[in-house]
Amino acid sequence: MDALTQRAKLVDRRPMNWLEKIYLWEIFKGMSITLKHFFKKKVTIQYPEETRPFSPVFRGLQVLNRDEEGRERCTACGLCAVACPAEAITMEAAERLPGEEHLYREEKYAAKYEINMLRCIFCGLCEEACPKDAIYLSETFAPANYSRKSFIYSKDDLLIPDPVTQPEEYAAAKGLLDKKKKS
Amino acid sequence: MTLLAFDWGFALEKLVLIAIVITVSLVVAMYATYAERKVAGFMQDRLGPNRAGPFGLLQPLADGLKLFFKEEIIPSNSNKFLFILGPCLAMLTAMMTSAVIPWGGTVELGGRMVDLQVADINIGILYIFGVVSLGVYGMMIGGWASNNKYSLMAALRGASQAISYELAMGLSLIALLMLTGSLSLRTITEQQIQGNWWNIVYQPLGFLLFFICALAECNRAPFDLPEAESELNMGYHQEYSSMKLGFYLFAEYINMFISCTVIAVLFLGGYDMPFVDEAKLSGASALIVGLVALFGKAFLLIFIFMWIRWTLPRFRYDQLMNLGWKGLIPLALFNMVITGAIVLFTMKAH
Repeated sequence: MDALTQRAKLVDRRPMNWLEKIYLWEIFKGMSITLKHFFKKKVTIQYPEETRPFSPVFRGLQVLNRDEEGRERCTACGLCAVACPAEAITMEAAERLPGEEHLYREEKYAAKYEINMLRCIFCGLCEEACPKDAIYLSETFAPANYSRKSFIYSKDDLLIPDPVTQPEEYAAAKGLLDKKKKS
Repeated sequence: MTLLAFDWGFALEKLVLIAIVITVSLVVAMYATYAERKVAGFMQDRLGPNRAGPFGLLQPLADGLKLFFKEEIIPSNSNKFLFILGPCLAMLTAMMTSAVIPWGGTVELGGRMVDLQVADINIGILYIFGVVSLGVYGMMIGGWASNNKYSLMAALRGASQAISYELAMGLSLIALLMLTGSLSLRTITEQQIQGNWWNIVYQPLGFLLFFICALAECNRAPFDLPEAESELNMGYHQEYSSMKLGFYLFAEYINMFISCTVIAVLFLGGYDMPFVDEAKLSGASALIVGLVALFGKAFLLIFIFMWIRWTLPRFRYDQLMNLGWKGLIPLALFNMVITGAIVLFTMKAH
């Protein structure tokens, strides 16, 4: 039978010769290997200061999108909640009142929008299901916390900064994303 | 000089010297723990401790502080007095060896000629062997007083290892002593400074044997069976916690520093800087050159100790005993006979 890979190595089971038996020479050989590693470039990534670049298809925490004028895109159609295999998304819809046109893009919006990050499997089906480009998976992951309750992310946690009223935060969030994409 | 007249300056000088030597060995031992972790890290392609202070230099302080704050547990069925005596003895014997090491030549200080050596006794090497063999007591008492079968077994392991390797160590030194004709460490150093070569050239096999035995005596890998953190359920200090454990671990690092210094003195010319003629230098610069030379050699040896630890796997216990009794002791005897023959036929007797 042929080997599946070409990487199999035959173990040398010959009895040790004299040089190997006195062990000392083999020690020097081993020590030269460790010395080589002593001067090698270290593989450590110094975590809080340095982060490992995510793959370009990384699926992280969800964000709720706004349009260019800072209006929420979500219309609370519920397609994301239906698509979600983990049933992590819940929402309550509400009707836009006159005078709220600068807040919501269409006449229906999500009054409450929650994602349970402990249930979420970050499959990205919500992103695919959304007809309004309202939900996207970002390149961060949920930070550790002490209680289960704090992993239920509300609309405030999910919405991106408003490009009109909070231009600085918006730019910062965007810049972070851009920087991560480059590296 | 009457019997009652006492040279107070001499006593003060020695006290200051003792204080300095002990402080230096403690600091070196402290930073040896840091160096050990750094070396371990580097050899495994990691960085080692680098969070406490710049380059992690405050790490040993943090470790010590942690040990002080840990809960001190004395097992209820243990012999309390012996339980506390164990780590104290380990520490004491580790520090005592430093007394006979010549740290440098003689300097003139305020009209006095000060030897940089706590005690220049003419049986320096015998003293070292005496104190080193006392080190077994720290181990045995600690293991026995813990009232724990695993600790006792580990202590027995450690004691039999120490005794086996002390034998080969002593035999390997006899050959050296045939050449030097003196037991005083200062005389041995001065002979190496005046002679052309260090003793390692005359005694390469003796050096190798002594080095291996020193590894075993310090309970360093690959001879760290008394400790064997990973597979043998710690060792004789299994029941110890807090700073008492710290004392045991710390004594090991002091032992390592002292034995590296002893190797440097015996085989590598002590405070002799190679390619520099000390006689031409003035007092202060000769002192500094000597200290740099001695500490440089000691630190290099410590590095080699660590390098070996992070390269080699531990011996099995029967392999360890085989190596000691069937390998090193016959070799040391052979070395002794050869050296004796050469001394007899070629050199003039000392």
